[in-house]
Amino acid sequence: MAEHVTLVVNGQRREVDVEPRRLLVEVLREDFDLTGTHVACDTSQCGACTVHMDGQSVKSCTVLAVQADGATVTTIEGLAAGGELHPIQAAFWEKHGLQCGFCTPGMIMSAADLLARVPDPSDQQIRHAIHGNLCRCTGYHNIVAAIREAAVTMHTGSASDSGIVG
Amino acid sequence: MTSLAFDYRRPDSVDQALALLAEADPGTKVLAGGHSLLPIMKTRLAQPGRLIDIGHLGELRGVHRLGDGGLSIGALTTYSRLLANPAITVYGLLADVLPTIGDVQVRNRGTIGGAVAHVDPAADLPACLLALDAEVVVRSARGGRTIALTSFFEGAFNSVLLPDELITEIRLPAASGDYGSAYRAQEQPASGYALAGAAVVIGRSTGGGGRFDRAAIGITGVGECPYRASAVEQEFLSSGDPAAAAHATDGVLVASDIHADREYRTALIRVQVRRALEAAIERVG
Repeated sequence: MAEHVTLVVNGQRREVDVEPRRLLVEVLREDFDLTGTHVACDTSQCGACTVHMDGQSVKSCTVLAVQADGATVTTIEGLAAGGELHPIQAAFWEKHGLQCGFCTPGMIMSAADLLARVPDPSDQQIRHAIHGNLCRCTGYHNIVAAIREAAVTMHTGSASDSGIVG
Repeated sequence: MTSLAFDYRRPDSVDQALALLAEADPGTKVLAGGHSLLPIMKTRLAQPGRLIDIGHLGELRGVHRLGDGGLSIGALTTYSRLLANPAITVYGLLADVLPTIGDVQVRNRGTIGGAVAHVDPAADLPACLLALDAEVVVRSARGGRTIALTSFFEGAFNSVLLPDELITEIRLPAASGDYGSAYRAQEQPASGYALAGAAVVIGRSTGGGGRFDRAAIGITGVGECPYRASAVEQEFLSSGDPAAAAHATDGVLVASDIHADREYRTALIRVQVRRALEAAIERVG
């Protein structure tokens, strides 16, 4: 039997009837067309499906949509306000923090979770924070650099160096 | 991946949850954070006919100091909440173990009650709770009982919890005198689960002449379920020597699999116990 679920997704109230076995990521992608949240391993290993639920990062392949009833959810689509890249997105662009880009939405959501808790993280803290996000292009070096850059930008409102401009 | 369909219930209170459990449907599972249960449902290793979702019951969340100085930890308290709580991380072994469990996202959902209820043979936290002499508080529509964790686990994925019972709380007794604790493990690199993990709590009474009079050692990844290495405890109490770790698998049928055969795993756990003892000794104070 379908359950009625009410969510606030990226600031917008959404209601949907779902079969209880359906996953949050399925509802986000299939019912709300928010396909920026990716599914890769589907076993809570890789973190491609990371979204924020009530302010905490979660793997949406391992949350039932019914468990998210009443929650506030932010996906990668909710980060860029008014079409302007979020500072973390801009830093991934500038520091070449992606290769194929498949892991990137989850990686950025994990970075946003970290920077909300730890505004000025060490490289070790950054690597610990993205332990649950796998990049199979093995581009971790630039991902860490991008998150470090985003931390600086978010602190000061400008990038740490002017090396590359979009 | 999609699990089989199930009947979904979301009680508004613990009492309602207990009433649902009292219906004693053998296919019923309790859903908390879901980070052990949902993956095995998706692979269809578990096929519960009914889920009782307790995940939103605030009365099962949080850490409270008890009148006797012990700690009460609500069953739904997540690893993240534990990690952020100074009353928890004052225990060196919990400060060691909590950041290594899963990853940020898993720690945001996984709960202490779930870890105890699931009885994964290789999970880290149950070994630590064993070493801390934790108790499990359970309730049912018939009443409640408090079970020492040392008599709670019965085997892999199996405990003495009855089908109508719900874990509501984990209790840690107050620490007294000088004590030190540590957790050391060799992880299976892909899964992060322990191939061999050792949790140590040692203590001595203030003014007791420097001899240790308490030693509690919990072991995971090695036996059918987490266990207390009582032979190590006794040997360490008499010798004070971390070499007591040689007894880590006395009386235990050591697990053997493609990741670590019996001989290797036995060697691994002896090393982990010795290291955890050495680290705990360093921390005594």
